[in-house]
Amino acid sequence: MSVVSRLLTSRWGPVITGIAVGILAPLLVFWGNPGNMGVCVVCFTRDIAGALGLHRAGVVQYIRPEIIGFVLGAMVAALAFREFKPRTGSAPLVRFLLGMFAVFGALVFLGCPWRAYLRLAGGDLSAIFGILGLVAGIGLGILFLRMGFSLGRDRPAPQALGWVMPVIMVILLVLLVVEPKFGRDAEGNLVGPIFFSTSGPGSQHAPLIISLVVGLFIGFLGQRSRFCTVGAVRDAILLRDSRLLFGVIALIVAAFVTNLALGQFHAGFADQPVAHTNQWWNFGGMVLAGLAFTLAGGCPGRQLFLTGEGNADSAMFISGMLVGAGIAHTYNMTASAAGPGIYSQFIVIAGIVICAIIGLTMREAKA
Amino acid sequence: MSTTKLVDARGLSCPQPALMTQQTIKKMSQGTVEVLVDSGTARENVSRLAKNAGWSIDIKVQSDGSCRIILKK
Repeated sequence: MSVVSRLLTSRWGPVITGIAVGILAPLLVFWGNPGNMGVCVVCFTRDIAGALGLHRAGVVQYIRPEIIGFVLGAMVAALAFREFKPRTGSAPLVRFLLGMFAVFGALVFLGCPWRAYLRLAGGDLSAIFGILGLVAGIGLGILFLRMGFSLGRDRPAPQALGWVMPVIMVILLVLLVVEPKFGRDAEGNLVGPIFFSTSGPGSQHAPLIISLVVGLFIGFLGQRSRFCTVGAVRDAILLRDSRLLFGVIALIVAAFVTNLALGQFHAGFADQPVAHTNQWWNFGGMVLAGLAFTLAGGCPGRQLFLTGEGNADSAMFISGMLVGAGIAHTYNMTASAAGPGIYSQFIVIAGIVICAIIGLTMREAKA
Repeated sequence: MSTTKLVDARGLSCPQPALMTQQTIKKMSQGTVEVLVDSGTARENVSRLAKNAGWSIDIKVQSDGSCRIILKK
């Protein structure tokens, strides 16, 4: 076991994780997940929000086992290698807000950084504009980091706090399996929540057990290798450290090859699954997401892995993502295949301004 | 005369421990820097950064589980 751990914490760890994700994500599409959406942390969190009834967009409601797997797989790794160390206290409220704004931006592009890379590897050329936006957003975040931005220090917390999110994930798994119906319509018939889409992306999913096992496996690898799709770009620019970047490159190459092998590679801008071609807002949405993820210290996958280590501040970020997804769909702030609506454009600009204010004002408080 | 600087990066999230270390060693051509961290990720990132910049490192695990990384050049 320690050999595996040493390998994963070495320079090769992110590459191994990237290859695993690059192979497994297209396979999840092959087994039933939506196109170019083998793994999308934001989309899947949004689907969970819908299943719980936090929004009523009927086509994107499903409790995605991959998310549950990410947290629980990371938790197993953290427990096995004595890194399960509950912590909290680093501006949890701001992290909640950053989670919301990251989702607002990502849902205008229609994908988190994980899906941006996977879309590119599936031939969706609009992803290039999203990735450029992501890099620009990370660049803005780096600017604020250089100027002294900090969310302050966390500190050790009781063991119980670290278990909260893993327990919530187990409850989600129970809700997924049991499919209870809490609501009643006017005639007294049982209706959701829990909601599961009968059409659209929410209805497309790989078999539960496969999604869960893949999620657990990636969660385990991600925790050990510190895989981060935002840190990859950030560290390469800020620290001239390409360890994580090689992981992302490995992901894109492996996903490209796997898509080719499965006949899932279709190059072009038009008619791509769950995507639009308004490139200004593909770019803009990911500027917001990249900035919010950078200020929060990592991509949404990384936040899930940290949650598995007992980090309650990352759990707040995930909670912000969940609530943000509910708000985005309820207030019509997401984009659709037709492109972004007027409210999506507003929230991207407002979000960048608010995140910039956070970047300029949050400093470590001196005792 | 060599100088010793202390960087206390305990409790800070990515990339701040590595960034603080980078900003400190950038200003020094030689000497000793002690970096305090309390997560595996920060320990790995600071160690990698220092090694890449040509500093030797020695890691001492403290009784509270945090680490004292001593960089020398």
